[in-house]
Amino acid sequence: MSEILAPATKAPDFRLKVTPDQELTLGDLLGKPVILAFYPADWSPVCGDQMTLYNQILPEFRKFDAELLGISVDGVWCHQAFARERNLHFPLLADFHPKGAVAKLYGAYREQEGVCERALFVIDAKGMIAWSYRSPIAVNPGADGILDALERLPKHGQSPEETNDVTVASARRAN
Amino acid sequence: MSQLRVPVGPTDHIRGNLAAAVTLVEYGDYQCPHCAMAHPVVASIRQQLGPNLCFVFRHFPLTEIHPFAEPAAESAEFAGEHGRFWDMHDGLFENHDNLALPTLLDLARLLDLPRAELQDVLATEKYQPAIQSDFIGGVRSGVNGTPAFFINGVRHDGSYAYKDLMISIQAALAR
Repeated sequence: MSEILAPATKAPDFRLKVTPDQELTLGDLLGKPVILAFYPADWSPVCGDQMTLYNQILPEFRKFDAELLGISVDGVWCHQAFARERNLHFPLLADFHPKGAVAKLYGAYREQEGVCERALFVIDAKGMIAWSYRSPIAVNPGADGILDALERLPKHGQSPEETNDVTVASARRAN
Repeated sequence: MSQLRVPVGPTDHIRGNLAAAVTLVEYGDYQCPHCAMAHPVVASIRQQLGPNLCFVFRHFPLTEIHPFAEPAAESAEFAGEHGRFWDMHDGLFENHDNLALPTLLDLARLLDLPRAELQDVLATEKYQPAIQSDFIGGVRSGVNGTPAFFINGVRHDGSYAYKDLMISIQAALAR
């Protein structure tokens, strides 16, 4: 099994199809944090699958001005049908041809099965990997690690030691 | 390993004694068929463990795919205000595939709760802040789908089948 790219590595740029007639490059998003979520396949047979969950959490990611990109080896038409069915409001990228090429750049391809790992990368505004995590393939990693990593990113115009830790307890139900 | 970041406290909905050896926290969605299937499993576990178990339910409505999840959670909170949270909770799961307004009003009637008041609650989403607070606490704790269970504060990564949950609970009891 290959190792996923570690923090403090420059995130490899890529150009992938996001709809049948549109492409997106990582470079287009420089200047804001990017969450790259590699996942094995569209159409997981559960309600709370990873992409549906992230879709629901999107407002939390946006508080950090972060862009979320889902990536799998599924083709654009498959992604389109999946995004429509699940009401997804973020792009799904098709690492379809050559298959898994971008996942391989990030060390997030499972050669034997021919699918992406469940691997997460938080990339800072300058294009450096700030945090990465590979989950066991059967375990949806949730979003706690992503939000923790976004919180640790230096805020605009702030040095890293000035970042604030938001305490979860303060968000607790007021009763 | 994902950990529960919001400790169980007096504002939670609790079945059992907080001092019990095992605390099982569920993040769930009333319209989620998997949560509905897990509902009788939790009932069996409560029966099996008796005073050794404290069960806590927190809201995790996946509103992008479940349009009735939020009104159902509002109904449960409304019933909670009248001391009938768990009766409504059970009723909602028993009707998880039919949670449109007539069902919610019927459940209120069966519990002798003022239906006009419930309609006001639903129209104003009175309990939305409390429900959202549950949701965010869940996200920060690594909830990765519904139902998500935490056993003594540690996310249970196995299935919600009785056997899998009991193995994790027995392990927690042995610690």
